Amino acid sequence: MEQPALLEMRGISKEFPGVKALDNVNLTVRAGTVHALMGENGAGKSTLMKCLFGIYNKDGGTITLDGKEINFKSSKEALENGVAMVHQELNQALTRTVKDNLWLGRYPKVGGFMVSERIMDQKTREIFDTLEVNVNPKAIMSTLPVSQRQMVEIAKAVSYDAKIVVFDEPTSSLTEAEVEHLFRIINMLKAKGCGIIYISHKMEEILRISDDVTIMRDGQWVATKAAKDLTMEEIIKLMVGRELTNRFPEKTNEPGDVILDVQHMNGKYTRLKEVTFQLRKGEVLGIAGLDGSGRTEVLENLFGVMTRGGGTITLHGREIQNRTPQESIKNGFALLTEERRATGIFGIRDIRENTVISNLENYLMGGICLNDKKMKEDTDWAIQAMHIKTPSQKTQIRSLSGGNQQKVIIGRWLLTKPEVLLLDEPTRGIDVGAKYEIYQLINDLAKEGKGVIMVSSEMPELLGVCDRILVMSGGQLAGEVDAKNTSQEEILTLAAKYV
Amino acid sequence: MSNESKALAAKSKRLDAKQVGNVLLNNALIIIMLLVAAYVAVTQPSFLSPRSLVNLLSLTAAYLPVALGIGGCIVLTGTDLSAGRAVGITACVSASLLQASDAANKMWPNIGTLPIPVVILISVGLGALIGCFNGFFVAKFKLHPFIVTLATQLILYTTLLLYVQQGNNKGMAISSLDQGYRDFVAGSIIQKLGGPNIPNYVIYALLLTALMWFIWNKTTFGKNMFALGANEEAARVSGVNVLKTTIMVFALAGAMYGWAGFVESARIASNTANTGVNYELDAIAACVIGGVSFVGGIGKISGIVIGVLMLRLIFVALPLVGMDQNLQYLIKGGIILFACALDMRKYLVKK
Repeated sequence: MEQPALLEMRGISKEFPGVKALDNVNLTVRAGTVHALMGENGAGKSTLMKCLFGIYNKDGGTITLDGKEINFKSSKEALENGVAMVHQELNQALTRTVKDNLWLGRYPKVGGFMVSERIMDQKTREIFDTLEVNVNPKAIMSTLPVSQRQMVEIAKAVSYDAKIVVFDEPTSSLTEAEVEHLFRIINMLKAKGCGIIYISHKMEEILRISDDVTIMRDGQWVATKAAKDLTMEEIIKLMVGRELTNRFPEKTNEPGDVILDVQHMNGKYTRLKEVTFQLRKGEVLGIAGLDGSGRTEVLENLFGVMTRGGGTITLHGREIQNRTPQESIKNGFALLTEERRATGIFGIRDIRENTVISNLENYLMGGICLNDKKMKEDTDWAIQAMHIKTPSQKTQIRSLSGGNQQKVIIGRWLLTKPEVLLLDEPTRGIDVGAKYEIYQLINDLAKEGKGVIMVSSEMPELLGVCDRILVMSGGQLAGEVDAKNTSQEEILTLAAKYV
Repeated sequence: MSNESKALAAKSKRLDAKQVGNVLLNNALIIIMLLVAAYVAVTQPSFLSPRSLVNLLSLTAAYLPVALGIGGCIVLTGTDLSAGRAVGITACVSASLLQASDAANKMWPNIGTLPIPVVILISVGLGALIGCFNGFFVAKFKLHPFIVTLATQLILYTTLLLYVQQGNNKGMAISSLDQGYRDFVAGSIIQKLGGPNIPNYVIYALLLTALMWFIWNKTTFGKNMFALGANEEAARVSGVNVLKTTIMVFALAGAMYGWAGFVESARIASNTANTGVNYELDAIAACVIGGVSFVGGIGKISGIVIGVLMLRLIFVALPLVGMDQNLQYLIKGGIILFACALDMRKYLVKK
């Protein structure tokens, strides 16, 4: 390694209640290089960066920047000492202007306490000109598209003139042209001798832009290698820790007669347009498409979370309305939502409550009092049937791993005896082993004769688990493919049809 | 015109109609209030008499400082229920320190009559201290401001009840105030200069409004406050001192209550432990009418001024057309509910 080490993180450890998030992790970033940090969701990449940036206090280890040992207690301290970060979640004051966000925490002052709008305008222009960012500095943040907000965030991180700039999944909401733009900015920083830490899931990006790659798994350091010596397959192997054979269980379900018929479904407030499809008994129907193509909207319109603007839903030859989730549940529908933490689990409540919550009416004794014994039995059933790993029924659900949380929610829905299961990204944020168990569950459910509709942004998953796949594009149904005789290319072509 | 451009024109026209509708709906409350005022003005011309208008102006000025203070708390998505009692305690302290030296039952007979600037400092300082107390618990222990300020409100009430028992006062109303004090607050320099009888505290309220506008819009503290209200996490990772900013917002609000207490004491001339009670509710209502949103990070000083003015307009106007005084709480409640619902409507995302 020719360039000198700018940042050295040695033996970093961090523990959260019940989870060892970081275990003796090392990271060395050289000046003037891009160091990619890779690993599956939950591998500890963001936690490591938050320890560097002073958002978390590390439990052990040392960090050395430019030869001096540092231990930032706050983001403010990190920023003042040459470490800046583009955060994974867009952290912005949406009701304020672009320039107010850009200089937040370090407004140019006159007279000690007054903000100088003039200097602020000038400095904003300078940084936007240098980086060729084309955003109106006076625009209110919330009126901008997400990609432009992301560019503002990137400009902000660069404007600190930091020695170390961390990019935590910066391209998730950027268009292709904007990604190129970002890479130009990163090359500029490299030329200035900055050390860049780049976190992303996109292999092509990593291999193109980075000099070194560090791979983490389950909170531990796995390997650090030069990017030019790595291939995509090797990275995946290191991330997962084993060869990826048999990623999907054998399909044993057999689709039968049509049970659900959806005709010309429109969204009233969303851009869902004229979606028509059928679902068979015992079938796993996939929904593919790009982000924002209307995949989630199909499920949420069907389940009554979103208001439909027209169209009919027929279940077993009988037209149903599904105006609200309550009504949909009565009609035999169940929805596993996309954002597990936000709309799936009740984090501080225990496993039992999380399991029975959608089915409370069935535990009423005399219409008043809940039957604890029956709830306990059903929860036991769910824990066994779903293979949920938990110390007890009384454990808070938030202390379980993502995969186990997801299994609790699937168990919750199975207790309502649904006929149609709507699964929105059922394996998001779940480690590989648990994914397999979820796939097995989906297969078993279909085998029992339930109809499953599954949205996923991971194409291999759709190809491996589903029977048929609907492809959404721009709020419309772009086509339908047979999972056995299609390819990722065909699906991608359809997904781009109405973009 | 081609068909396409016709369709486009029709679309933009529809959009305009929708936008006009939205503007009307978003300002519905103020429009209704102006209509009520107009109706009263037509049926009761005395409503527009100079005396009545001066009265309206004075009342607005009297209630404005509390609203200006509470506005900041609402921008932080909080509230302040202790405002009224804070006004009460600072009013009673101001009054007790500025009783005429020959007043019967003078509360503190030994200290004579203090200089007015000293009492202003004491009153505003005491208010700021109460605000610091609130802000500290909100920021340090992440308690909801509703709980903290509810507790403070109760604590202050007992403190106030005990205070009016002190010295020679024995729980009576604190009156017989120093004439210089009364003139300073409720006298009228404008009248002396040949203008209408507009009390001095209206001028002070104007100065205070200018000061608050400056703080909110032109200082780092003001910008940090809005950023904090809009997204606390973003402010934190951008290096804003969240603890300090929160405490300062509440302290500034407290200082406003302190000023309001100082003015209130001379304005009503006879102060008991009930001075200022429920002022926070009027202030919160005024802020909400004026578009300071509980969503956080949104609000304007001009909105607060309009809010206070509108609320006073209604309460000055309605009795003139024979409205039962008992109805005022119903109207206040309705206004708060309506204003908040209108406000939330703006930020709801329809699914």
